[in-house]
Amino acid sequence: MTAALLEVRNLRVEFPTRHATLVALDDVSFEIAPGEILGVVGESGAGKSLTGAAIIGLLDPPGRIAAGEIRFDGRRIDNLPYEAMRKIRGRHIGAIFQDPLTSLNPLYTVGRQLVETIQTHLAVGADEARRRAIKLLQETGIPAAEQRIDQFPHQFSGGMRQRVVIALALAAEPKLIVADEPTTALDVSIQAQIISLLKRLCKEHGAAVMLVTHDMGVIAETCDRVAVMYAGRIAEIGPVHDVIHSPAHPYTVGLMGSIPAMDEDRERLLQIDGAMPRLTAIPSGCAFHPRCPKAFGRCHVERPNLMAAQATQAACWLHAADMKAAA
Amino acid sequence: MSSGSPLVEVGDLSKTFDVSPPWLNRVVERKPRQFVHAVDGVSFSIERGKTLALVGESGCGKSTVARLLVGLYAPTRGKVRFDGTETTEALRSGAALALRRRMQMIFQDPYASLNPRWKVADIVGEPLKEHGLVAPADGRTRGARAADLKAQVAELLRSVGLAPADAEKFPHQFSGGQRQRISIARALATQPEFLVCDEPTSALDVSVQAQVLNIMKDLQRKQGLTYLFISHNLAVVRHVSDQVGVMYLGRLVELAEKAELFARPRHPYTRMLLDAIPDIHMSGRARTPVQGEVPNPLNPPSGCTFHPRCPHANARCKAERPALLQIKGVQVACHAVEEGRI
Repeated sequence: MTAALLEVRNLRVEFPTRHATLVALDDVSFEIAPGEILGVVGESGAGKSLTGAAIIGLLDPPGRIAAGEIRFDGRRIDNLPYEAMRKIRGRHIGAIFQDPLTSLNPLYTVGRQLVETIQTHLAVGADEARRRAIKLLQETGIPAAEQRIDQFPHQFSGGMRQRVVIALALAAEPKLIVADEPTTALDVSIQAQIISLLKRLCKEHGAAVMLVTHDMGVIAETCDRVAVMYAGRIAEIGPVHDVIHSPAHPYTVGLMGSIPAMDEDRERLLQIDGAMPRLTAIPSGCAFHPRCPKAFGRCHVERPNLMAAQATQAACWLHAADMKAAA
Repeated sequence: MSSGSPLVEVGDLSKTFDVSPPWLNRVVERKPRQFVHAVDGVSFSIERGKTLALVGESGCGKSTVARLLVGLYAPTRGKVRFDGTETTEALRSGAALALRRRMQMIFQDPYASLNPRWKVADIVGEPLKEHGLVAPADGRTRGARAADLKAQVAELLRSVGLAPADAEKFPHQFSGGQRQRISIARALATQPEFLVCDEPTSALDVSVQAQVLNIMKDLQRKQGLTYLFISHNLAVVRHVSDQVGVMYLGRLVELAEKAELFARPRHPYTRMLLDAIPDIHMSGRARTPVQGEVPNPLNPPSGCTFHPRCPHANARCKAERPALLQIKGVQVACHAVEEGRI
């Protein structure tokens, strides 16, 4: 196996508050290979966006990385000073955020923002930078790129703006792109366009992607592997096909069953009772046990780590080696 | 109960919004008046106990239809008949309260549609008090009325899967899914026959969405409710509806039974929408990539408004606006389907 491009080891993110320290991410480990698309899926509050923010070094204070490490291309990046991280962000790790209107500066033309990004990270002249900017806009499928480069973000529609944001993320040819819910604010028909664009461009540019989303459909369409997050931890991680067709963790089973299917009729959807716990009240043992239909004694007291389960890895005692031996 | 006639009938419903610049700008800068035809000649009917879903992308006018139906907007043109009564007139007359009791609405955002300063008991109890549904005051004491109100609220909360003790809490103490259940309990308080649900689950996570959809289906079965269900999510629509109407730029382009629409979509826009849904099970289904974007509703294309994005458009589509016609059991507004080209 080739060396991982991004390696996250035992990452723990905390938010100190007046009353207590909230642990938002706990013991999160995964890696992304060069050119791979890893999906990170979960419900609101599972910590998926926070994982992305920790990687690009944009955790909002008072949030902080309390333990663990993040390695990019073999080099530790979680403890870099702000300026050093700024050089990596954009140059080596690009970012795409959910709302394309707030991630573009409304006062600058699209071209100026692209040229600025290109010149910040690459040693090219103004003319060359502009030429590259036009080429990027063309690649992202913006019609009449030569004219539209001098327009302002408000003159673009939502889908077109997200294309500009993708162009910006790709501007300095990064090796990794962290895309946080890139299609959530868009209509389905536009979402399909943006997803296929993102997939094609990353392949052409050889960029790996960490795609954060709550939409299992988008994951299925796009990713090679997927990590399912629950209450700040990874519940299951594995190849997309296996996670979707034979999920090993009861939470993944519930999540898949609660999505209305397009090809079968069911009178009722499978539902997971209850809701994701709040950070102030994470249950003991496995955080999912109060909602889990298969919970047993061990789940209440002991926290499971990721373990091999069928074709994937799941953090669930059902897949413990001694359980299997007993069965 | 007359089972033959539909509960809700909508005929040629239209709503035009005036979005003109202010008078001074019109005079000084010679800007013209501008109108958006948010809903343009929409007709459908809903049978008792059934669910009609309206789908479409942002700005297609589906929420405006919902608001027109419950009377939050007055229609520019057209009629809404509820159980034989025309609602536009009735909502202005003395019969308004009785009519409003029979139809209620659930809104999209459970964070904005509940008053944060009210306890759940007050939120769910308000329609009961407003419509005089608390036990009549004939000789009873205030205490008895309060007890009856409390019992009714408890029963409503139980029907949506919340605990009676939740009545003493405030909305911020609940999660999004629980808040949406409170909205449903409030809508059910007046024992309505017809519920208009405007994207009731689109602000929720999938597992919570499943809980809310299950509750809505259970309630429909138990109480014989009729739903108008607005959504942009075709998978959800497929799960809840009996009939589906597809809207594009203020018009209904296809209206069909659910099974028919999903098995044999006729209108090119419906086909495109179905193709745009990500394929979770990776069945390798062939998909045509979606072209273009929804045009500006201020300046919609001529003829069939879908023609710039349509792979089957010809000269007639650019010039002539297609009417919603009954073709092979479904209603569809498309020249290509009418001529048998597709």
